[in-house]
Amino acid sequence: MFKFFKITCDQATTICDKSQYGEASVYEKMQLNWHLLVCKICALYSKQNKKMSEIFNLKNGHCNKNNACLSTKDKEALKEQLNNFN
Amino acid sequence: MTQPASNILSPDKWVDNYADYLFNYAIARVNNANVAKDLVQETFFAGLKSAKNFEGKSTERTWLISILKRKIIDYYRKINSKKGQAEVRVNFYDSGDNEGSWIEERVPQSWNNEAEKNIENEELRIQLDKCIDKLPEKYAMVFRMKTIQQFETEDICKELNISPSNLWVIIHRARTQLRSCMEKNWFNK
Repeated sequence: MFKFFKITCDQATTICDKSQYGEASVYEKMQLNWHLLVCKICALYSKQNKKMSEIFNLKNGHCNKNNACLSTKDKEALKEQLNNFN
Repeated sequence: MTQPASNILSPDKWVDNYADYLFNYAIARVNNANVAKDLVQETFFAGLKSAKNFEGKSTERTWLISILKRKIIDYYRKINSKKGQAEVRVNFYDSGDNEGSWIEERVPQSWNNEAEKNIENEELRIQLDKCIDKLPEKYAMVFRMKTIQQFETEDICKELNISPSNLWVIIHRARTQLRSCMEKNWFNK
């Protein structure tokens, strides 16, 4: 019966990435978990993938906190253009 | 019934009130100050043009952000069509004997210092940015849309005209490349 679950490392890691976004189906997760039992390399990939997601989320938070601002000069130019438009 | 003050448009104050906010929003998504500036400008123009369609159902700021979102998606779409459609090869690995299995140089290594490397770290972010910049433009774009901006899969597929399985293959390739880039330059440095 296990042949239903049999997938390649390529498929396994793709499902693993998908599950990082919470979008893997139940069937895919079963395939993945079965694969992780028998493949140590993908198990390591899977473990490190969680770490990578943490790092990406960090970047995500950073982007939202980042306070880049337009210079006063840019703003004046913008205002002028908007006035001309009216 | 009178509308709350925030639901009335006052274009004279747009630049002072919202320019920085919109600029920040844009720069986090396009990663380029000049492009972000242009997008903010286009947003204001589009806002002026369609001011008469504003129904006061949302605040001025929400309304401007929704215009900006549209502009950002248009921008993505423009790069996408410029470089040809997102290229996809379903199999990540070379075909032949190795099909679907790990190729030696791609096998993940254990990370020596995973625990010690403090992840709240400016250096880490810089390294990550470098790695993202090394990705092919297509991959970087899809990866940013999905991971950093957290768009819905469906929306990205619609905007870029690709199928969900194409999207996951691109994400998979982007993440695999980022993983090995970070492994080389960060974890096992």
